Amino acid sequence: MIPALTPNAQWVLLSTLILGAASGIVGCLAYWKRHSLMSDALSHAALPGVVVGFALAGTKNLPIMLAGAAASALLGAWLVMKIRDHSRVKEDTAMGIVLSVFFGLGMMLLTIVNRLPGGNQAGLDSFIFGQAASMVRKDVYLMAGLALLVVIVTAVSFKEWKLWLFDPLFARGLGLPGRLMDAVYLTVLVLVIVIGIQAVGVILMAALFIIPAVSAHYWTQTFSRMLVLSALFGGGAGAAGTLVSTMGEGWPTGPFIVIAASVLFLISLGFGWRKGLVVLFLQRHFRKQSTPGETSGPTLKERIS
Amino acid sequence: MSYGAWILLTAMLVGLSCGLVGTLLILRRMAMMADAISHTVLIGIVVAYLVTRQLSGPHMLIGAMAAGLATAVLVEWFHDRGVRQEASIGVVFTTLFAIGVALIATKVGNVHLDVQHALMGEIVFIPWERIELPGIGSVPEATFLLAVVFAAVLALVLLFYKEWKITTFDPSLAASLGIPVSLMHYLLMTMTSVTAVAAFDAVGAILAIAMLVTPAAAAYLWTDRLSVMMALACAFGALAAFPGYYVAQWLDTSVSATMAFCTGVIFLVSILFSPRHGIIVKRWRNRQRQAA
Repeated sequence: MIPALTPNAQWVLLSTLILGAASGIVGCLAYWKRHSLMSDALSHAALPGVVVGFALAGTKNLPIMLAGAAASALLGAWLVMKIRDHSRVKEDTAMGIVLSVFFGLGMMLLTIVNRLPGGNQAGLDSFIFGQAASMVRKDVYLMAGLALLVVIVTAVSFKEWKLWLFDPLFARGLGLPGRLMDAVYLTVLVLVIVIGIQAVGVILMAALFIIPAVSAHYWTQTFSRMLVLSALFGGGAGAAGTLVSTMGEGWPTGPFIVIAASVLFLISLGFGWRKGLVVLFLQRHFRKQSTPGETSGPTLKERIS
Repeated sequence: MSYGAWILLTAMLVGLSCGLVGTLLILRRMAMMADAISHTVLIGIVVAYLVTRQLSGPHMLIGAMAAGLATAVLVEWFHDRGVRQEASIGVVFTTLFAIGVALIATKVGNVHLDVQHALMGEIVFIPWERIELPGIGSVPEATFLLAVVFAAVLALVLLFYKEWKITTFDPSLAASLGIPVSLMHYLLMTMTSVTAVAAFDAVGAILAIAMLVTPAAAAYLWTDRLSVMMALACAFGALAAFPGYYVAQWLDTSVSATMAFCTGVIFLVSILFSPRHGIIVKRWRNRQRQAA
């Protein structure tokens, strides 16, 4: 029995769907760039920015808070790169440092702001675990706009993205503006994080980047198909998770969206065409059947002669 | 002992335990696993509660150990199936954490864990929940737990120091010498989980990660010797407790979040001014060399 959805709930559903799709696409880029956990670090790093934005605006003003989140996340990214490039500290450690220290700063500021008169407890706290239900129609337009931007950026320079991801040296040799693409990618990543933390919160945002992309990889090797599948899985998880969270009083949307994504992942792991467990099992089974007692089939030479 | 003194002692114990474990973690490039385990211990605690209906120390520890091991095992399992390392970490910990949060949020079986508490801890409440120890008197439970954990971690580090050293810096050599590299790995994951959960109750997940990674990274910039690095990591961790506590009092904010931020400040100072590897020191030396 599906509960009748209020108009507001429909807007929320739409926005999490768009968000899921956008993060699926960018997550695909991050996956091939081997940057998946960077999204985790940046999501956590966004928290102080959100709180500062709120403090400056005096009230829950989404654009300012999101701008703050973006600035904070970009600062975090910059610091990770600086630490990695200018010291012997490795990148994963740098991400861990930025993640925890920025998040600590964010919680410091959050606690201070919550104690001030007018500190909207529920509003800010929703950024930690996500409360898509707190979004209104204006927010949906904002998200849809940003998501559309992501899709356009990816689609327009699709060939360039492909090259930049899979063969950066060749791309550079061709004269592709590597630095520019790095900057665009980072911008798009931060944009999606910033939209997304409203729905799933800072802690679980990384899930939406990583899980759909990994799931898509079990179905196809083709980059374009992976992008599409990733978007579908992300969007599907967003919608399904939000639906489930409406069944309870005050349930945060974040965890359920992530669980939905994980279910899709497990299905992909089990049944994906490419390297899914079932497929692997069947392949091994048929190989054994054709040449009983041997560990591998006849060699090409044997087949020809 | 005074109220504030208990809090500082507790935080120092967190710093000490995390410094030891964290040094090994960052040298093995497992900082993100520290992040992952600090999150997944939550589901360990929740499940332990669901099974035993008790939120007491030993049950939490066992739940956390199980969760930490499960995390490590699952990550390896997915990695063997062809998912890249960081993606497998990402999938496993977000899913387990999400399930943990969902369980709490839906109040399955009335889990009375406040997630805010799990994130930030309530170190200011630590001195109130006490247990009676024979011979010592009344001691806060969390502090006692941390002391036990620290003793255990220290013992394991000292006992297997040579093995830790070899498996961290040259795993192939270690394997060829017959040292069980895999076992050491899972032992480290268990130690991380236990430390994380002991720290959880006192200072929450954020500070646990900060304490595991940041002081050790700072120590890495001051020395090339493992023993010195461990000692420095412990010192930095414990050190961060003091300004953290007093600044938090002054600003009237979360003590553990402030302590986490202080570890960052110590790291910043280290990366800029360390005699061996500090950025500003290096620049100054270059300038000296050019002038000569």
